[in-house]
Amino acid sequence: MIARLFDDITPRGQALLAIVLALALAAPFIVNDYLLSVLIVTLYFAYTGQAWNVMMGFAGQLSLGHAIYVGLAAYAAAWLFVQFKVSPWIGLFAAIPIAALCGAIIGFLAFRFRVSGVYFAILTIAFAEFARIGFDHFTAVGGSAGLFLPVSGYAKYDLWNLRGGPEMFYYVILAMVVIAFLICRALLRSRIGYYLLAIREDEQAARALGIDTFRCKMIAVVISAGMTAPAGVFIAFYNNNLFPEQVFHISQSIEIILAPFIGGAGTLFGPIIGAALLQWLAESLRVVLEAVGIDMPGSKQVFFGFLLLLVVIAAPEGFWPGIAARFKITRRK
Amino acid sequence: MPLDIYVNVAIGGILTGLVYGLMALGLSVIFGVVRVVNFAHGEMMTIAMYLAIVLFARLGLDPLLMLAPIAVVLFVAGYFLQLRVINRFITRPEHSQFLLLVAIAIIIVNVLLMIFGPDAQSVQTSYSFDSYQIGPIIIDATKLYAGGAAIVVAIALVAFFRYTTIGTAIRACADNYTGAQVVGLDVNRLYALTFGLGAACVGAAGTMLVIIIDVTPALGPAYTLLAFVIVITGGLGSMSGALLGGVLIGLTEAMAGLLFSPSAKSMFAFGILVLVLLFRPQGIVGRRTA
Repeated sequence: MIARLFDDITPRGQALLAIVLALALAAPFIVNDYLLSVLIVTLYFAYTGQAWNVMMGFAGQLSLGHAIYVGLAAYAAAWLFVQFKVSPWIGLFAAIPIAALCGAIIGFLAFRFRVSGVYFAILTIAFAEFARIGFDHFTAVGGSAGLFLPVSGYAKYDLWNLRGGPEMFYYVILAMVVIAFLICRALLRSRIGYYLLAIREDEQAARALGIDTFRCKMIAVVISAGMTAPAGVFIAFYNNNLFPEQVFHISQSIEIILAPFIGGAGTLFGPIIGAALLQWLAESLRVVLEAVGIDMPGSKQVFFGFLLLLVVIAAPEGFWPGIAARFKITRRK
Repeated sequence: MPLDIYVNVAIGGILTGLVYGLMALGLSVIFGVVRVVNFAHGEMMTIAMYLAIVLFARLGLDPLLMLAPIAVVLFVAGYFLQLRVINRFITRPEHSQFLLLVAIAIIIVNVLLMIFGPDAQSVQTSYSFDSYQIGPIIIDATKLYAGGAAIVVAIALVAFFRYTTIGTAIRACADNYTGAQVVGLDVNRLYALTFGLGAACVGAAGTMLVIIIDVTPALGPAYTLLAFVIVITGGLGSMSGALLGGVLIGLTEAMAGLLFSPSAKSMFAFGILVLVLLFRPQGIVGRRTA
């Protein structure tokens, strides 16, 4: 079953994939803590990008408010943990339904009232901003002063409570990226997956063929929101603090979409390649700037901006299709 | 609370709302003609704001006098941005155009952050604390000047579109792209001109807002969103709708700031946006198109 998911990848591509996966598994033994933290951030954005991709890349619905799912899930799991010592793994059972329900509400309102295209994007921003300001005033979870997770009093590696060093978080997020990749691949091969691609290409034609576009788009938004939720739980426990101005902020939503767009929206390797390119180039730039004595806030984002500009002008399909063709990783259809 | 406080706050909100309206007018004009959604609108406004601040701090030039020069600078910037960059994206899919402008927006916000830092900056003019009193009603001089200037600029723009040949030509492009090309209009230049005018609007609005509020680079995205809220509330592509939407949002924010908490005020603006998108997507004065 797993093997069938990879039958469109050439033997050469499969070998490359195996090498990358082996390197990823060995990484904590090779790199130092700083590089490991960069890898964790990279994988985090690869994961959120993959989740977001289900909506934009598959179904063609541009969401600019994915921070709302990250934020709601993060707050749900963190609050349960702080208040009742509920393990984040159990917390997932609250976080995922909450995020999925929120996605369902936004999706229902938008699709039922035929809000689409740019209007849909703005609607998603509006919901995320509404949540951000709402949580700023939601004093039960700390309001704008933030919510903090206790860090002491746990064993050094307590996987059940997600308390521990960066190596543990690294393997958790790596597993999440692999699972998300497999889910998306399976989704893309399913009947629903083909329906979604049809909707992305031409919604009217899809409806004319008898596809229930409303139902399919709802499924896409619920899957995407639900898949984003574990990322929120992860980031809450990794950072040990939550501020509405960070998790719900529009810059968070924008950063989520950068990786898949730069790698190639709609492709499965795109979010991963994009996150790696984005974070590694940005960190290299930071190191170089620090070496020459420039330490300015905003320089990383300016670089993001120029990279995005370059991609939309020179490679609007993202980098992955070019890489895949160059190294003969996927079979031609 | 006595009634006159409500009246005072409402008048302040309406005057600020007029400036918001002018800002949104720029967005509305660009969308109405070029059919490109300017996701860098608020960021363009922060450029104007920092121009005004630098001119005041270094040369002591009053922002109200700098209104026209800064609007011209933004016009030129907008003109060439459209002519050289955005024109190539006219036929691209929506999300591609959107990403282009998001990239431009990210660059503007963070370049300003690198130059000016994250701290709030403001302009203290000789009339910063002046006010006019009519009976029990007190009106801030800064808001009165800003709101008045916004009306003047908006009327000039409407007159331009209605009574000049170029304005008519631009409206022709908006109505029928192919038709405009057939009768020999240089659509690319007219688009550039329109984008320039939209940028000039937001430049003028930014220059006026400087005397009312403190400026940080982070205002850019916030005002982009606010401009969207306003034009969608008023009706995308409608000039009167933009002004009306601006006044409505300005008034809502002021009243929410008074009745609840100033930091929660934009929640109400977003609440209005959601309601309008769902129940009257064509906006308050917009017409429903099929």
